[in-house]
Amino acid sequence: MSVEQPPFDSPEIRRLTPVIGPGHTFGSVTDKISSIVLTRPTSLGWYIGFLIAFSLMGVMTVAIGWLVIKGVGIWGINIPIGWGFAIVNFVWWIGIGHAGTLISAILFLLNQKWRTSINRFAEAMTLFAVACAGIFPLIHTGRPWMAFYMFPYPSTMGLWPQFRSPLIWDVFAVSTYGTVSLMFWFVGLIPDLATLRDRAVKKPLKIIYGMLSMGWRGSARHWHRYQSAYLLLAGLATPLVLSVHTVVSFDFAIAIVPGWHTTIFPPYFVAGAIYSGFAMVLTIAIPLRKVYGLEDFITMRHLDNMAKVMLATGLIVAYGYFFEFFMSSYSGNKFDVFLVQQRLHGPYAPFYFALILCNILTPQLLWSYKMRHNVTVLFIMSIVVNIGMWLERFVIVVISLTRDFVPSAWGRYSPTFWDWATFIGTIGMFVTLLFLFVRVLPAISIAEMRELVAETSEEKK
Amino acid sequence: MDGMHEHEQREHAGGQHDPNDLAGDAKLHEGPMDLAAVRAKLQSKTGKQYWRTLEELAGDPQFEELLHREFPRQAPSEWDDSVDRRDFLKLMAASLAFAGLSGCGRTPEQILVPYVKQPDGMTLGKPQFYATAMPFGADAIGLLVESHEGRPTKIEGNPDHPSSLGATNVFAQASVLNLYDPDRAQTVTKFGEIQTWSLFVESAQAIAAAMKGSNGAGFRILTGIITSPTLAAQIQSLLTLFPKAKWHQWEPAVGDGAREGAKLAFGSYVNTIYRPEKADVILSLDSDFLGSGPGHIRYAREFSRRRNLDQFFEGDRSGPEMNRLYVVEPTPSVTGATADHRLPLRASDVEGFARALAAELGLGGSAVPPAGAEKWLDAVAKDLQNNKGKSLVVAGEQQAAEVHALAHAINAALSNVGTTLYYTGPVEAYPVNHLESLRELCSDIYDGKVETLLILGVNPVYTAPHDFDFASKIKFDEKKNQKPVKNTIYVGSHFDETAELCDWHVAESHYLETWGDARAFDGTLSVIQPLIAPLYHTHSAREVLGAFGDKPGVSDYDNLRARLGADELTIRVEQNWRKWLNDGLLQGSASQPINVTLKFNPASLPQPKSVPTGQLEFIFRPDPCVYDGRFANNGWLQELPKPVTKLTWDNAALVSPKTAERLQLAHNVAWRGGEHGKVYSNVIDIALSSSKVAAAAWVVPGQADGVVVLPLGYGRKRAGYTGTNKGFNAYAVRTSDALWTASAPGSAIKKTGQDYPLACTQYHFNMEGRQILATGTLAEYHKNPNFANELVPMPPKELTLYKGEAEFPYNRDKWAMAIDLNKCNGCNACVVACQSENNIPVVGKDQVMRGREMHWIRIDRYYEKLKPAIGDASVYDDSLDNPPTFFQPVPCQQCENAPCEQVCPVGATVHSAEGLNDMTYNRCIGTRYCSNNCPYKVRRFNFLRFQDWETPQLKLLRNPEVTVRSRGVMEKCTYCVQRINNARIEAEKANAPIHDGAIVTACEQACPTEAIVFGNANDKNSRVAKLRAHHRNYSLLGELNARPRTTYLAAVRNPNPELESA
Repeated sequence: MSVEQPPFDSPEIRRLTPVIGPGHTFGSVTDKISSIVLTRPTSLGWYIGFLIAFSLMGVMTVAIGWLVIKGVGIWGINIPIGWGFAIVNFVWWIGIGHAGTLISAILFLLNQKWRTSINRFAEAMTLFAVACAGIFPLIHTGRPWMAFYMFPYPSTMGLWPQFRSPLIWDVFAVSTYGTVSLMFWFVGLIPDLATLRDRAVKKPLKIIYGMLSMGWRGSARHWHRYQSAYLLLAGLATPLVLSVHTVVSFDFAIAIVPGWHTTIFPPYFVAGAIYSGFAMVLTIAIPLRKVYGLEDFITMRHLDNMAKVMLATGLIVAYGYFFEFFMSSYSGNKFDVFLVQQRLHGPYAPFYFALILCNILTPQLLWSYKMRHNVTVLFIMSIVVNIGMWLERFVIVVISLTRDFVPSAWGRYSPTFWDWATFIGTIGMFVTLLFLFVRVLPAISIAEMRELVAETSEEKK
Repeated sequence: MDGMHEHEQREHAGGQHDPNDLAGDAKLHEGPMDLAAVRAKLQSKTGKQYWRTLEELAGDPQFEELLHREFPRQAPSEWDDSVDRRDFLKLMAASLAFAGLSGCGRTPEQILVPYVKQPDGMTLGKPQFYATAMPFGADAIGLLVESHEGRPTKIEGNPDHPSSLGATNVFAQASVLNLYDPDRAQTVTKFGEIQTWSLFVESAQAIAAAMKGSNGAGFRILTGIITSPTLAAQIQSLLTLFPKAKWHQWEPAVGDGAREGAKLAFGSYVNTIYRPEKADVILSLDSDFLGSGPGHIRYAREFSRRRNLDQFFEGDRSGPEMNRLYVVEPTPSVTGATADHRLPLRASDVEGFARALAAELGLGGSAVPPAGAEKWLDAVAKDLQNNKGKSLVVAGEQQAAEVHALAHAINAALSNVGTTLYYTGPVEAYPVNHLESLRELCSDIYDGKVETLLILGVNPVYTAPHDFDFASKIKFDEKKNQKPVKNTIYVGSHFDETAELCDWHVAESHYLETWGDARAFDGTLSVIQPLIAPLYHTHSAREVLGAFGDKPGVSDYDNLRARLGADELTIRVEQNWRKWLNDGLLQGSASQPINVTLKFNPASLPQPKSVPTGQLEFIFRPDPCVYDGRFANNGWLQELPKPVTKLTWDNAALVSPKTAERLQLAHNVAWRGGEHGKVYSNVIDIALSSSKVAAAAWVVPGQADGVVVLPLGYGRKRAGYTGTNKGFNAYAVRTSDALWTASAPGSAIKKTGQDYPLACTQYHFNMEGRQILATGTLAEYHKNPNFANELVPMPPKELTLYKGEAEFPYNRDKWAMAIDLNKCNGCNACVVACQSENNIPVVGKDQVMRGREMHWIRIDRYYEKLKPAIGDASVYDDSLDNPPTFFQPVPCQQCENAPCEQVCPVGATVHSAEGLNDMTYNRCIGTRYCSNNCPYKVRRFNFLRFQDWETPQLKLLRNPEVTVRSRGVMEKCTYCVQRINNARIEAEKANAPIHDGAIVTACEQACPTEAIVFGNANDKNSRVAKLRAHHRNYSLLGELNARPRTTYLAAVRNPNPELESA
């Protein structure tokens, strides 16, 4: 790279760092991506990684099993801190689950071609993150076997959920989001599944991929239907990206707890979600392109763009922090004023400062072109932002509860072994699913990449 | 309370049960047993044989082993290790099921036979109430006990009884749990081996026969304070039978000061009875007369009646003015916290203060008041002088005889005798100096004069002064190869420290299982009638005494009737007898006031022995929860936060902030639980009088500097599962020459460098400038009666999204509660009453330290006039030296606009048409969102399965009208909805509205000060409606617009303007 690169996006940069490496044809794209699934031997590294992740998932299973046997008392929660790691993790995972659909749907609608090579695994990541998130609201209840009361089923007692509760809104928001994301992902997969079916050599694979590809033959009519379905789903998913975290933020904003009861939460939560989502996409994309040699498909252009999105959403989040702080201090509400003081001087102040460091200060490095193009820096940055966003949820959920209205009821929270086991266990589950995903499904959309090859070659002409 | 009363000992529900019915008992046995072998064995036996169970007879080696494990000579491994409560209870349940035949004849009932004929006056499913009394020290608390199909479940005060007036205290409330304590001793044992009662009687008779020749020269009886005329008469008759026998008494937590003080002042033992209601100015000389001691429940009631302030509200100022209380005390008590002026003084300086006061009032003598107390003393003296005949000086139970004598002299000089206090003959059957009595016993044993020692209900091995070394007095002497006392017989409810060293242990019946009598603090003869036949093979002290007499086998019932002169079978006698049982007392039996003449000149007193300044003063006090240790195995009391320190499950050496600073003692709030649970404190070694004990130090604002309080009652080695090895044993450093106050140089305390986690339910005591507990002075109140409602701007009512709902008219009944903070003294009776009424589980120290205690009502304690940043007592600040202390009971506020209801996803917490915020346990899935959104944090969550579902005894304890909650559900105060519904059913049957006072919640019922009032706010004439209209009435956090139904009446103190201006 030349030293005199202008710091901002410009046509030159776009030209200099293409969205697909040079010299690719339809065949080479298909070969390269499908070979990861079909022909390349499974590496030892995959097995080791999978084993570690799967063991962590086993930890989660044990932790949940013990939870069901003993009760949520095995966690560090208490009165007044009724919500601890479970809700922190839930919000964190849901936030991570934002980037996939955003990349697939919103960028698709905005006709951002660069999204093509990252949308598939970003969507997969979304699904897995939502799966991880979905575990927590279920298991954090005192009686998980009764959690179905939250669904509006026609009970013989004529009882319905209590629709004024944001937790019920959550049930709908998250389940809708999960369903639409799954459909969107699966619809996008169909042409690729057909490619895999056609290329598979072994009989069982042919059958499995054949069934999954739902009779896709690649006819023009198929393509036509496919594209309208994809567009419709993209249109459907787009508001959900915004709504799901808005609704999650209502869990807090509707409540009267100082530190929760803020109107700024919906936009601030959505921005935070996208922020953490892109961070997680980077965390996954960087090793993925390295290990499977996909640098041609996930180019520096992609990383650069994602870094910019992170910077932008990070700034929105910083704005949120500032205004939360300002409004609390300015409101004259003594509980809110006290909350701000607690964040700065209370026993948990180090967490707040760590959060500011991770989420506001560190990402400012992304203003630099050099930093955005340094893969190691980006990788570390993405991890820092993930940690920062987790801390943000910890600060909001837990620390607000430690000191609310009546001083006699003030308390403190610290996680137990089982809190950590459950959290790390879900990370294990997430990574396990990712490992399985890259092994059995094309991590990059073959069909869309071929389209891209066609378009870029046209451009060159 | 229109309770049902019964005159005969009732049989247990489920029909006749004969404990000797082996076939019936065998039903309890689980697992195979070879009955043929048993039969063969039985046939092969000849002569007198005793066997305890069929298993033993069959020679089952496993059972033999179990027997040895259940009644070991030394503490078995199972009881000392860290088995958790649940495991232990499983163990207990198992031992009951397998070995229960031997000890447990009554539980669990396994055959369900409905009544073929319903007993008269009993409707199945409806509780009955029986009057009885709980003897406690020199008092008997009159009770009405709720009984469900023969099971006593709840203790309430007897409104007709002078020492109760319908209220109770924590000990009475919790005593029902003692009845069902799974660790109670269940049978007679000798050397730890199970024996039959008849064998015991035989041995007792043999001992008595052997003593006859020597006129009982070697016979000694040791008891606590006894007010029971029947029991005393029995002891007297034994003493007549054995003229050389002696009766000794030892009550570890009651000082001799009151008795000796009366002797000093009047030349004889007299009983002092106060009438706080008649006093305008009260001075307490280290007396916790509102929180402990004989008559304290009544005194608290009388005192609170003078704190009404209603007359100002009503515009009628002719009624009695609010009284004024001055308290001089070394460590904060509930009385001190209620005081208008409180002066922290070292316990040994109280005498100096009293002398100076006497001098100032012109009683002679000259004394310099303790440093810093001069101005205070002047003001008090003036105030007392101005209120002659309307003032009262009360001396503390733990204070020296001189202080009591001075108080008598001052009261006499202020012409208070006959108005605010009066004297009667002693209530105790045999008043003696307990310390001397025990000393004499010990020296007699040491001299080898004692052959037979009968210990009734006291635990001297644990409680006797350390230098008496009581254990060595009854333990087998290895050197001499003999026992110092040939026969030792112990009657006690538990196989405790004393039982372990005695030959015989007779398991003692609970007072709810026996017939008896006792005198109340004013001499009123109260009848103790049993609510249930003994659960186990237990016997009363009366039966044991009878076994030594010439007529063994007379039942307690016959004894009592004979004593009361009701043994004739005439209609008149029977009518009287029934009335006594119905009332729980003999009307008009209170002691008559006597005239006493003061034979005491304060000037003649020798110089007081004050602790030199610069030395630390160690004072011993009974614990507010476990008392002298007798309640150590009571989970309710162990988990009850102590009124001032809010500590549970442990005692701690209490020090003042300044002393803590000097000794560099600090607290360290833990990350888990934190301020609402777990605080680490420094462990200190206390070296006192050649003995040493390690204790956790706890800093208490308002404690006198240089004073270290060592609460008694903890550190027990054999209390049972709940009470063993909790806290530290203060008796270990308590000697006979410094029974209440010891002094030592500062070096007596050494930091060990270790930390100990204490379970403290409220560590943060600063209100942070919020209007949580509204307080003011009487002058402020006169100026602006509405001051409590003007501190924060209230939001307009229109600002609610759910307008329709919040404006629900509540046409029928509108339940509300008003809590008068001016009356509440933080005594905790409501907390235990609620626990008992509502089947609230005990969660254990570990869970309390995680912030998960389950009390539906908590008492918050706040200090006032603190600097804003003060939140840790161990960080010294002079505003912590003597901060005004306030208590605030916080149950569910039953908000009309309840934040919890709006966030529950499943509608498990919903509003009733009467405005109750109801919990539907079946519907609750446990998201805890409601608790997060509750600004008062009154909701309690079953994080684990806190209820004990296995222990059969505890099943008997439960209130059948209240659901036993499982894990994973939220719970909270219901305003005792079961009581509301009972009243509603009665009212609907009568087709009448529920009249005011028909519903009494458990907390209201127990409250000695009438601080809690419940009723229908729609009824304009109800007490609660009137209180809600009161100027002082305010809502906690009213600015949140939750519109709580529970409201508070601001606390108003009545300071002396002379001291205020300083």
